[in-house]
Amino acid sequence: MHELAICQALVEQLDGVARQNGASGMSAIWVSIGPLSGVEAELLRNAWPFACAGTVAEHAVLHLQPSSVRVVCRQCGAESEAQANRLVCGACGNWQTDLVSGDELMLTRVELVHD
Amino acid sequence: MCNTCGCNITPGNRHLARRTQPAGTTAVEVLQRLLSGNDACAAGNRTRFDATGLLVINLMSSPGSGKTSLLEATIDALADRVRIGVIEGDLETENDARRIRAHGVPAEQITTGSACHLDAHMVAGVLDHLPLSSLDILFVENVGNLVCPAGFDLGQHCDVVLLSVTEGDDKPAKYPVMFRAADLVVLSKADLLPVLGDFDPGRARQQVRELANAAPVIEVSARQQDGLRAWTDWLLGRLQQHRADAGTQRAASAPALRYRPVGLGQSA
Repeated sequence: MHELAICQALVEQLDGVARQNGASGMSAIWVSIGPLSGVEAELLRNAWPFACAGTVAEHAVLHLQPSSVRVVCRQCGAESEAQANRLVCGACGNWQTDLVSGDELMLTRVELVHD
Repeated sequence: MCNTCGCNITPGNRHLARRTQPAGTTAVEVLQRLLSGNDACAAGNRTRFDATGLLVINLMSSPGSGKTSLLEATIDALADRVRIGVIEGDLETENDARRIRAHGVPAEQITTGSACHLDAHMVAGVLDHLPLSSLDILFVENVGNLVCPAGFDLGQHCDVVLLSVTEGDDKPAKYPVMFRAADLVVLSKADLLPVLGDFDPGRARQQVRELANAAPVIEVSARQQDGLRAWTDWLLGRLQQHRADAGTQRAASAPALRYRPVGLGQSA
């Protein structure tokens, strides 16, 4: 259950974004989250109301954008979709691959409100 | 890549960052890792470790897999050759730090209360209590948990994950985030393999490979001292490599060494 700690880190970042842009609040935020981020989207969603209460992000709607797991093969060079626990090449079956996406845990966009 | 000029917006993520917004609001594109605060603190820890050439190893496993027993055996086996220090992470009690101190090495206990993992700030908080400049290897024994510790970079150089043979050999497939990041997987309590009969080390190794991880998978019994040599050889090899890298970096007057953060990937 580290999702609350993640939400608190998110609130800190949002506070910084609001200050940098002279905003009084925010109406929506977008977070990109991959299956290999180690964070469960549903738990993040549940923790969010507790973490944002009384902060600049209190009234912001949290949009979670799931990303898919994709790998590129070191042997044949093909890029393919993979399962989180089976990162083998979809084209040739080789296990020596590099992750292209799927481990993101990123604040991508904030919609700011100005008084 | 940065969060200032927009160069972190790529064709792959542009659709995430750009959309139309309602009247009366403005939108900003951020693309910043949620744990960037932790990452910055971890980088500070790493700079501090690198100043003295200290090798730091993050030891992770489920509760009861034998992390402390492995450390006790390691300290005894390397007593004359390597100066070891330990940071112990547990929800409660000083028990593990006491066990380690009984072997004559400095140990600091972090009790996390209800937190299920160590983070970089917790580790930073105890570094002043350890004689870092007179150590060769600092082990951070993370809270027993195969999920949360994988997400938090502490400033370590290597991740070692223990999988005891009393657990299932399919653990790597069940906990991919943790096992994908491992630099070494130790199959612990290996003396029980003949008794149990249903744990297949080959299967465990295969599942680590299917996570695109080439890390060695070794069998060790801390109690019977079997396989301990493979573990200590790996440690000594890493230490030697670490010092060689640090020497090269210093010679080139380069900034502090950079290592891959655990688990969570790059920001763009």
